[in-house]
Parts: sequence; C-alpha cells; structure tokens
Amino acid sequence: MSANPKTVKRGYIRPLDLKHGKVEMAHGGGGRAMAQLIDELFQLAFDNPWLRQANDQALLTRPEGRIVMATDSHVVAPLFFRGGDIGSLSVHGTINDVATSGARPLWLSAGFILEEGFPLADLKRIVDSMAAAAKAAGVPIVTGDTKVVERGKGDGVFINTTGVGVVPDGIEISGDRARPGDRILVSGFLGDHGVAIMSLRENLSFSTSIQSDSAALHELIAAMIAAAPGIHCLRDPTRGGLAATLNEIARQSGVGMTIREDDIPVREEVDAACELLGLDPLYVANEGKVVAVCPPESAERLLAAMRAHPLGQDAAIIGEVVADEHAFVQMQTSFGGRRNVDWISGEQLPRIC
Amino acid sequence: MKYVDEFRDGKVARNLARTIAAEVQPERRYHLMEFCGGHTHAISRYGLRDLLPPEVRFIHGPGCPVCVLPVGRIDSAIELARDHGAILCSYGDPLRVPASGRMSLLRAKAEGADIRMVYSSADALKIARENPDREVVFFAIGFETTTPPTAVALRQARAEGLKNFSVFVNHVLTPSAIQNILESPEVRELGTVPLDGFIGPSHVSTIIGSRPYEFFAEEFQKPVVIAGFEPLDVLQSVLMLVRQLNEGRAEVENQFSRAVTREGNLKAQALVAEIFELRDRFEWRGLGEVPYSALRIRDAYRDFDAEVRFELPYRSVPDHKACECGAILRGLKQPQECKVFGTVCTPDNPLGSCMVSAEGACAAYYTYGQFTKITAVAEAS
Repeated sequence: MSANPKTVKRGYIRPLDLKHGKVEMAHGGGGRAMAQLIDELFQLAFDNPWLRQANDQALLTRPEGRIVMATDSHVVAPLFFRGGDIGSLSVHGTINDVATSGARPLWLSAGFILEEGFPLADLKRIVDSMAAAAKAAGVPIVTGDTKVVERGKGDGVFINTTGVGVVPDGIEISGDRARPGDRILVSGFLGDHGVAIMSLRENLSFSTSIQSDSAALHELIAAMIAAAPGIHCLRDPTRGGLAATLNEIARQSGVGMTIREDDIPVREEVDAACELLGLDPLYVANEGKVVAVCPPESAERLLAAMRAHPLGQDAAIIGEVVADEHAFVQMQTSFGGRRNVDWISGEQLPRIC
Repeated sequence: MKYVDEFRDGKVARNLARTIAAEVQPERRYHLMEFCGGHTHAISRYGLRDLLPPEVRFIHGPGCPVCVLPVGRIDSAIELARDHGAILCSYGDPLRVPASGRMSLLRAKAEGADIRMVYSSADALKIARENPDREVVFFAIGFETTTPPTAVALRQARAEGLKNFSVFVNHVLTPSAIQNILESPEVRELGTVPLDGFIGPSHVSTIIGSRPYEFFAEEFQKPVVIAGFEPLDVLQSVLMLVRQLNEGRAEVENQFSRAVTREGNLKAQALVAEIFELRDRFEWRGLGEVPYSALRIRDAYRDFDAEVRFELPYRSVPDHKACECGAILRGLKQPQECKVFGTVCTPDNPLGSCMVSAEGACAAYYTYGQFTKITAVAEAS
C-alpha cells in the first residue's frame, strides 16, 4: 500500500535560505529547487485547500450567476513604497478590476516572473504581503506559476494576477451605460499612489508623507451597489488617472462629461508635488479609488453610502454626464473658465521650468 | 498650497476680469504676446480666455525652449548617444521632439541608445561619476532660467576633474528672440502682425532682471509687463497692459515683484558670463538663424564642450513643409489655422515642435480644447 501523498516528507537537504538566499535559475527549472520554493514560500504563505491539492490547476465549484474574469500584470518600480508593495498591489488591482463589474471576487491566480539574483528575503516580503492582502480581502490565491529569467532580463519581480468573481442577477454595470444627466462620483482623494511612487524614483527623491492608496475596493463597491443598485458604470482610475477613466467611459458610452475642478478631491501635498514636477493630478495613477456614474436620483444616496465606508469617506460628486457627439470630457475650472480634459499623450513628462 | 492658492482664487479672478472688461475700450484691440510657454499653458489650463473680453487677444510667442530647438540639434543629440556611444542625459520634455526621419530621443532610446531622463544637471554629473568608463553628455537646453545650473555643473565637473563628462549646449536668450520678432518685416513694416504689448517671462527675469526689456519698450514703443505663471498673475498683467495701452504708455512694469528685480540675480549672471559666451548665430526652430541669440562654452572650459569633444558638425534640417510652427511662433497664425493641426499633427504624433511640449501653443490648444467650439448641454448644477 502506498503512503498518503499529503503525509510524505519532502526531505529537502536544507531549508530555503530566506534571509540571505537569491533567486537562481534552478528556482524556475521545474526540479527540486522549484518544488522547494513553492512548498516553503508560496504554498506556506497562500495556504488554502485548492493549493494544498498541489495540482497544476485549481478545481473550483461552479458558482451561481454570471462569471467575471480579469487579469493584470504588475511591473511597478520601486517594488516597495509607502502604503504597499508590488505584492499587495497585485492582489488589490485585480480584485478591483473584478469588483468594478459589480461582482463579488472569489478566487485569484498568481504568476511570478523572477529575475535571477533577486534576494529571497525581498521575495518573501512580497509574498507575505500578497498573502496578507488576499486574506484580508477574503479572496484566496488558488493557483499560480513561477518562472525565472536570467539576470538583466527582468526587473526583480513581475507579478501577473487573474481574478474570477460572480455578478449578482440584476446588476448591469458597464462602461457603455453612462447617460446624459447621470452624476459622476469619486471615492476619495486622487493621485496619492502616483505621487507616493514618484517620490521614490531614482533622481527624484522628494520628501512627502503621502502613502499609496492601494486597497481592495470590493466591500466598498458592495455597499455602493446595496445603496444604489442602478449604478451605470464603475471603474478604478489607475494608470492615466481620472482623466483616462472618464475619457474611456465617455467614448464607450458615446457621451460627454463636465466635471468641476472645485469639487475634485486632491490632497494639498499631491497638488504641491504635481506643481513642482509640472504634472496634472487628473492624470496621476490611483490604486484604491473608484469612479462611479449613476442616475441623478440615486446620486446623493450613493454618496452617503460611500462616505459611510472607510475607503470612501472623502467621496464627492464631481460632475455630470452630458450629451456630446464628440465624447469630450470638459472641466469647469475654479476660475469659471472651461477646458478640455483630454487623453494623455504618452507619459506625463516633467517640464523644464 | 501656501504661496500658490493665493494666486488661483476664482473670486479674485472674476473681479479682475470684470475690471479688465470695464477698462478695455471697445473701439480698440489689445494684442498681447505672451513670450513664455508657461503663460500659454496657464492661459489654456485655467481657461483664462473665457474670462476676458473679445478685445483682448493672446498671441503665443516663441518662449518654449523645446519648441524652438531646431531639428538639427535633436539629430546631433541622437548622434551622440547612438553613434558615439555616449550616455545622453536629457530633461524630460525634449524626449518626444521629432527629429529627422521620424526619429526622436525616445525612439532612439527604444532602439537601444542610452538616453536617460534627468531632473537636473546635477543628476547628469552623478551619472558621469557612476560610469567612469562611459562618456556622459548633458543635453543642456532652455532659456536664461536653466543656464545657471548648467554653468554650475560645468564648474563642478572641472573642479572634480571629471574626464568623461561634457555638455551639449543649446541655451538661448530671450531678449534676442523678442528683438527678432519685433524687427521682423511683418511686425515692423507690414503691420500684418498686430502686436501691442508683451507679457514678459517671470522665471527668466528672476535671472536677467527687468532691465533688458527697457530697450524694447523704448525702441519699439511696446509696453512690457513681467508676469508670474499663476493665473491671477496673468490676469493682473493683462490689466496692467490694458491700462498702459489706454494711457499711451510703453514702459516696463513688473507684476512679478515678489521675485524679479530690475537688476536680476547678479551672482548667476556672473557665473554664466564666466563659463559661456555669445554664439554669433544660432538657428531657432521657426525663427531661422538669429544672431547673438544663444550661448556656447568659453575656451577655458572647452574640454567639457561636447561639440568640440565629439567634433559635432551642425546640419540644418528644414521643418516639415506643411508645418506652420514658424508662423505660429511669430504670432502670424493661430494654431488652428495650420492645415495639419489636429489631423496629421497631434500630441501623440507631433509633426511640429509646437505640438510636442505641454507648453507649446499647438499642444495647449489641442489638449485644452480651444480648437473647436464645444456646446455642453448640461451646465454644472
């Protein structure tokens, strides 16, 4: 009679040196070293029944309702920043992509591309942070993959996460549903993540207390939907910031938008950092904010529900959807002037003077 | 934001705008050239045109260092990185400027040239120290504002005996450009460019002071008001210019007195004079060759001159035939009068220099939507 595989001792000669060790090509080679990395790091940190099966896939019970799936690759530099790291970011980002459909996120996958020579201690820090983020969100990481690339061919760690969730019946949230008259809301201060990251970039160290806003938004979104089931659009304004998100929704829905500069929440520190660098906070990335478009009659109710949640306490109604065949996003400046808020061209580059 | 919000107060702005509207004389027009790209940007970003009466018209001048950089100079910068194997350190905004053959510094970087974005000349020095086996060239561009930091880097490089550091100098001078515009036949004789006064640059003037503009006010009888870059600064300067014109005065006034004096920063001027001298001619994109309008490194520092070290010849490259940046920079045309504006030439795919930098007149018009009349159905409630 063969032994139960779950009780078989792995028998690695010595444990992974998570303090001083480095990622080696063998960690992605499919042999014992890779098995050990998975056992002693990923499996241990992400532990759940699906992973414990140790298959190449997770066997999941089909949930009721429409299934939502989203994937995102994370290549952030630096890997660690105030308010988070690439690990928690990779969990939050994908949960948010699933949740902005109105879905309840159920499972995540995690794919790692590691660069040869990357310190195992840093990898452990990232993996622990991912595990903590997934646990806090109640969304387990049920399957994964690890590859190692030669030194110089990666940037330390890249992480791809895919998320699956289900949308309750009756919820119809999509970027093409904005209608003239709808109100536009944001869940809080814009630009925190982008400024926190920029302040740590090489050649650009400036002192700021700004933390990344990286957070999983599914519970806030669930509260929003409970208060206003008729929400038309939800989106998290990540790369490209609020400006890109509004332009995307405007184009998808074939409508215009008018926002009011005075009503858009931006922290003074973020405003100041942007001023210094010649950037516009409307284009700076966020990782824990959501933009909502809803019918006018439910706007106040939605706003109250957002403000009642810790992640939405600084929420604001920032503008309206208007009829416009050009699908322009325009802003009423605090001066009473009007200007376009266009897509960004390439990346924002700092001005000379 | 202390010291910033005070200059962005909507109520004060509307009061200023009402005063301007009350003081403009309906029978006359006020054509005001804002020399600096920073003003163009502020005017567009804050929608200042919407606040002003139609009698006041802004003309966008050549004061964006990226916009006036000729194609040939960008070609040379690319050549330094690609053909001479140097690490080319550049400020952010020249990276997208179109060079010959649909090339740009960003494209050259993507193709393998070692081009790095820096935020200051000191960053370039640091890169030189960290890469002693590589030639490191600082691509120095800008008006009088960015010249002193370049001078500091050159002095520092010599003090440290850095052998692998040099500077490709493209610093240009504001007064020469203003003079060139005022002396152009269109402005001086033909009257085809109505130009009634100047909104003068603020950052440049912190270095050179307000005195260099006195010549223009006197010689050409054009009032100049040195203006800060905040929207209230611009509005207040417009009011000051309107008053000067109404009263028939042509003087240099200083709205930006919180940072600009008549003499400017003498220490910075001395430093620049120690290290740089005038070039007898320099090509400006859009304006052509302008005599005594740019700087080069003095002989005492020639070891750090990239043009000498790499024997860079200058090749002038004509702008795209359809591009009207030249006419726009001189105030002869508005951006939307250019045939390729917003069609072939956009910020994503700029053909001409005015579309590249956020401070360029075309990019400001395109980005902030002055190119089309937009009717919004619902106003803010």
